[in-house]
Amino acid sequence: MMTYILRRIAYSIPILIGVNIITFVLFFVVNTPDDMARMQLGAKHVSEAAINKWKEERGYDKPILWNSEAQATEKITDTIFFQNSVKLFLFDFGSSDSGRDISYDISQRMWPSLSITVPSLILGLIAYITFGLILAFFRSSYIDVTGVILCVAMMSISGLFYIIGGQYLIGKVLHLVPISGYDVGFNAIKFTILPILIGLVGGIGASTRWYRTIFLEEMGKDYVRTAKAKGLSEVIVLYKHVLSNGLIPILTGVVVILPSLFIGSLIVESFFAIPGLGSYTIDAISAQDFAIVRSMVFLGSVLYIIGLILTDISYTLVDPRVRLN
Amino acid sequence: MKSSLSWLFICSFLLLAACQQSAWNNPYPEQDSSKRIYYDSFSERPKHLDPVSSYSANEYVFLGQIYEPPLQYHFLKRPYELIPLTATELPQPIYLDGEGRVLSQDTESGKIDQVKYRISIKPGILFQPHPAFAKDASENYLYHDLTPKKLENIHALSDFKTVGTRELLAKDYVYQIKRMAHPKIHSPIAGLMGKYIVGLNELAEELHKLDLPNSNYIDLNQYELPGVKIIDDTTFEVTLKQKYPQFLYWLSMSFFAPMPWEADFFYSQAGMVEKNITLDWYPVGTGPFMLTENNPNRRMVLEQNPNFRGEAYPEKGDEGDEVLGLLEDAGKTMPFIDKAIYSLEKESIPSWNKFLQGYYDTSGIVSDSFDQAVQFNAQGDAELTDEMQEKGIRLITAITTSTYYMGFNMADDVIGGDSERAMLLRRAISIAVDYKEYISIFANGRGKPAQGPIPPGIFGALEDEAGINPYIYKWENNKAVRRDIEEARRLMVQAGYPNGREQTTGKPLVLHLDTPAAGPGAKAGFDWIRKQFSKLGINLVIRATDYNRFQEKIRKGTAQMYQWGWNADYPDPENFMFLLYGPNGKVKYQGENASNYSNAEFDKLFNQMKSMNNSPERQDIINQMVAVARKDAPWLWGFHPVGFSLHHEWYHNAKPNLMANNKLKYRRIEPGIRTDKRIEWNKPVWWPVALLFVLLVVILLPAIISYRRREKQSIL
Amino acid sequence: MPVIFITDAFIFLLVFMVLAFVLYARKHEHLSAPWKDVARRPIAMSAAIFLAVYVVIGLIDSLHFHPKLEDTKSDKTIYSTEILSVLDIVLNDLRQNTERTYSAPLASYAFAKEMIELPDGKQTRDYPRLKYGGAHLDDPESEGSSDIAKRLVSGLISGLLISLMLIFSVIFQLKKKPEEPFKVTLQKCIKDELDIPWYAIFITLTFITLVICCVYSLAQHYHVFGTDKVGQDVLYQSLKSIRTGLVIGTLTTLVMLPFAIMMGLMAGYFRGWIDDVIQYLYTTLNSIPSVLLIAASILLLQVYISNHEADFTSLEQRADLRLLFLCIILGITSWTGLCRLLRAETLKLREVDYVQAAQAFGVGNITIMLRHLLPNVMHIVMISIVLDFSGLVLAEAVLSYINIGVDPSMYSWGNMINSARLEIARDPVVWWSLAAAFIFMFILVLAANLFSDAVRDAFDPRLRGDI
Repeated sequence: MMTYILRRIAYSIPILIGVNIITFVLFFVVNTPDDMARMQLGAKHVSEAAINKWKEERGYDKPILWNSEAQATEKITDTIFFQNSVKLFLFDFGSSDSGRDISYDISQRMWPSLSITVPSLILGLIAYITFGLILAFFRSSYIDVTGVILCVAMMSISGLFYIIGGQYLIGKVLHLVPISGYDVGFNAIKFTILPILIGLVGGIGASTRWYRTIFLEEMGKDYVRTAKAKGLSEVIVLYKHVLSNGLIPILTGVVVILPSLFIGSLIVESFFAIPGLGSYTIDAISAQDFAIVRSMVFLGSVLYIIGLILTDISYTLVDPRVRLN
Repeated sequence: MKSSLSWLFICSFLLLAACQQSAWNNPYPEQDSSKRIYYDSFSERPKHLDPVSSYSANEYVFLGQIYEPPLQYHFLKRPYELIPLTATELPQPIYLDGEGRVLSQDTESGKIDQVKYRISIKPGILFQPHPAFAKDASENYLYHDLTPKKLENIHALSDFKTVGTRELLAKDYVYQIKRMAHPKIHSPIAGLMGKYIVGLNELAEELHKLDLPNSNYIDLNQYELPGVKIIDDTTFEVTLKQKYPQFLYWLSMSFFAPMPWEADFFYSQAGMVEKNITLDWYPVGTGPFMLTENNPNRRMVLEQNPNFRGEAYPEKGDEGDEVLGLLEDAGKTMPFIDKAIYSLEKESIPSWNKFLQGYYDTSGIVSDSFDQAVQFNAQGDAELTDEMQEKGIRLITAITTSTYYMGFNMADDVIGGDSERAMLLRRAISIAVDYKEYISIFANGRGKPAQGPIPPGIFGALEDEAGINPYIYKWENNKAVRRDIEEARRLMVQAGYPNGREQTTGKPLVLHLDTPAAGPGAKAGFDWIRKQFSKLGINLVIRATDYNRFQEKIRKGTAQMYQWGWNADYPDPENFMFLLYGPNGKVKYQGENASNYSNAEFDKLFNQMKSMNNSPERQDIINQMVAVARKDAPWLWGFHPVGFSLHHEWYHNAKPNLMANNKLKYRRIEPGIRTDKRIEWNKPVWWPVALLFVLLVVILLPAIISYRRREKQSIL
Repeated sequence: MPVIFITDAFIFLLVFMVLAFVLYARKHEHLSAPWKDVARRPIAMSAAIFLAVYVVIGLIDSLHFHPKLEDTKSDKTIYSTEILSVLDIVLNDLRQNTERTYSAPLASYAFAKEMIELPDGKQTRDYPRLKYGGAHLDDPESEGSSDIAKRLVSGLISGLLISLMLIFSVIFQLKKKPEEPFKVTLQKCIKDELDIPWYAIFITLTFITLVICCVYSLAQHYHVFGTDKVGQDVLYQSLKSIRTGLVIGTLTTLVMLPFAIMMGLMAGYFRGWIDDVIQYLYTTLNSIPSVLLIAASILLLQVYISNHEADFTSLEQRADLRLLFLCIILGITSWTGLCRLLRAETLKLREVDYVQAAQAFGVGNITIMLRHLLPNVMHIVMISIVLDFSGLVLAEAVLSYINIGVDPSMYSWGNMINSARLEIARDPVVWWSLAAAFIFMFILVLAANLFSDAVRDAFDPRLRGDI
């Protein structure tokens, strides 16, 4: 087990290098150091000299990938790419183009993101499993049919409509929660209710339908039939067997997205002015702050890989037949 | 399990209900309701809070309250008038000739060699409490020898427990002026001031040569700046290379705010930058407020500076200010509020709705909520709608000192140049693009079509018939009427483009417009502009790019037409005319003249005009310059926006002042009224939630009943 | 003078490929069988009809040309630089009848009060009449609703007539033998005794015809969905957005398909280092958050465009290139899922007898992949094409929200939603742009979802989630 995990981690290093190169190339072509300087220095009265000074300070005056003027190994190390990318592997994100410490910002902004995504995930699981079970329980009745139709209909609505509609209805018309914003500690609860609710409603269609299929599949299996034949009540069969067996694919599906909960949701956060990592990323894109975007890409990739490893591990834990090798 | 979700919600709502008795949607803690707190929003993170590098309105909102330059604008009087802030009086220029002899005030500018301003500041002004000033019992600075170990548990400025203060001295002002030359701080006005302040460029060169391996700190007190001298503790003197009356305006901006060396040293210590504790993040000032929370991801909080000396609200104002209640607080000691909380609002809808719910004290009006807020009466004046009046909301309006224009690149082959053809083409386009319509569609009528570069309210702008641009407008029935589109079409024929086709080839004329506006919101504007050009048969291609790319194109001069705007730095026509001054050309000289317009006569008049005091002669020269510019039409004179702003009835002393940045100290809030109104306006509506719940039960019930029956049957 | 955008070319290529596939599949039972299964499902057929209507509109909108300019003095015909599509000609009235600014659906008066100059020179503030909406009425206040009702009724009647004609002509085609009485065929249709559930098709057809006829009869004198901020007809915008939605939904898949299939097959078939490289490639691409990848690529494209300004003579071309680029980049972020599925399936298939046998006989690797493997994974490809479609249409809207979607000058539902976002802050609310985008998008995505369910069930019975 341990060796497997270690191997997986070793395997992820070339992937991260690849990610780094791709993002570096993409963003540097787009956003030359000149652009960054201009963006940071403002619009009025900016001289070439000031731009050059800015680049020099941040090491952006070096060659991009290959420094032919330098000595031996410095040919590679004394370049923008090397100077900016290698530290990422040590999770030293450096400072943003506007001079802020990125690691600190990330550690601060992680919590608001989590305060939305974690409750969304937990409440979502409860709600979707409940709905899925209800539909599976009443299969082929009018509840099942209307339920599935509702699910397909809700899947077909763009998430933007849920956000716009929810904010308009619950925040503006009904005065139930603050329209947007965030606060620290327990005061945060009233701000998170609406985004969580919208996240829930937005996911209902697809998830409920999926869970229903899983439960139906499980209910069609022989052991369930046997249990029923033994005269067990349908509710008990549902709870005891169907639910516990159906949870396996559901939970392994959840494990893969666990790490990405840190990143938060880009759109929900920027719409509700929640100071999480999602809005951090969006802001960095629109401010073209290369350092932040690159750090977030790196972080996202790391979390994705962790998710993959966790999934594999959870498979073995849940199902002893799967061996890791 | 089936209703666990609804239970969770009910529980969480109950939990909320337990901790507050008023409105559900109050985004602020309940206990704050009765306090004198001012609530406002900001939409963009301030990039710089270092007064020497900050140069944008959204940063001045904070800096203006914290830092105090020597001068300020009078809050109430119009036209704008400079008055002393920390200075004892308005400094008078002393003109010197080559031998240092004092010349009389009416000497021609050509004969003046140097100009001196002597500024004395009021004694006894104290800086805000700050750890940089903290001293131990033996008068040594507590935090000037920070080691990594001492910094271990420090994450924010507030983690330094001891604070101190010091009296404001003339040397603090001098220190700040020297900081403009600092090689690691990019002061946007360093280049401009280098042209005027004696020795500033030389100092910059000297400092640039320094090797600064570990720290950005330079002990500027050790360096001489010949143009800025300390006379005594409270007096300093600035020497300029030439007559520059606009210098006084600069003295009211935070570039010239005092900077204690202790603070600069304190922030420059090793390890501070890594902790994000910098001067750019935690300002140190003498003003009425100090920044106590700087979290641009969420909110910025200003609190009263306990060391503030107290300043009296102005006793006198303009005519009519008394009626408006603007003099109710005359002579009382400012500031009137204890705290100001600015929350981040990136979207306009939430901030507008929160204003209507009473959670912001003031608000601008975005175009989309305009009709809800404002209507025009029979006379065409703006007034509030009944809904707003019922809420007790009030409206103030003011023409801004900015101009939005569409520039022609004068270096372009088709549209630019001095040829008669190009000039006629430019004029035809100027007539065709109907900015009045633009204002009514996109700005809800909140704007004035521009007649020239200078916005109304600034010296040099003329009103009514004398002020119209005769190439584009006619004066009919006592108002300016845009010339007929037929006239523009005739101009097109004269220019050689009948029906928008090139006469010789018959090909349609295609023009390109560059604009930094992007995003879906801009689409409507693009459609509109294209519609205007198609009136003349011209096919307009709009190239929307991001702001970086746009600036690059302007710098290289590859744009054909472009959209841009200018906000006045100070209320002087020079600040607008220099946008058309030849030697300010963007491509050749990297100035602010983005159209690369160059006209010898205009340039000559500009040089004459810029150092004159406001007088009929100056007006005369400005008129000549405007006439030249109108004839050449290097810009499509766009419009001057009119600022509309709303505030609630509990908010007092609101008078638009576009120049002053330190307006917060004049504001007064009545929290009692505010609390009542908030509760009244935000009664929660529960029945839809209940309805939804009932609906769910109604749907599920029959199925459960039928299931029960089935169960029973199977048991029997 | 016709103009062919790059996306147009791809669309025609796609149409051609679909036609070729249909012709080919008709002769091959194993290919057409699942599709016949799809055709037996009433919901799928209704959904297919809706999709077909969208596709037709999208196709008409993909025929672009420069209109001829009139009154030229020279002998040569001169073409305008403007680019129109055939749909623009069909909807010419909608396109050109622009009001000054907002107007509500079916309104005759503007949405906001304006200063109006009365004939006697005085000014009042009132709702001005619209230039086109209800312009034929003398007094909209009294005649308005009855006029609308009249038009609705005439629309319904003509819609009924047209749909009846359509249905009859279909039924005549359906007759097994010429002498079979009409009534018998009709009864078969209604009782669902034929291969295809014609009753569902007829109901859907009637519904669509009725709606189209009503909208048509109203749209001649009204703005059915109102007008937007610059007075443009919202119905027109919604219809123009169809092409964008379809292009994103289909071209993205088309673009990524060759890669995904090739890589997936190769990884599964060759295994070894090729498998490693391909797995590395898609894990790397997958692990980059796709939004950031898209953002970077779109910015990259903007740089390219601004550096090569001369190559783009028109706004439409720029917008089109951006659309294509968006498809490509969406393809890059989404091919990995399909690739992984194909790899897994191929790993299984290569152990199957006939593949082993072919290898033993020394058949070339490429031939094995094309002959034996590809046909046997086609069902996975089919399923993922239809499943991806609706997700991509929805993704477009979200990307436009953060300004990394299609060009802002392009008609798309995402752009409509974005500009309408601010409108719901108005009071009274301007809801129609949002509603129009919602309805058009909802119908397309819903139809696509229902259709893809049926396709999935037909192609892969194991995954059946019975609806």
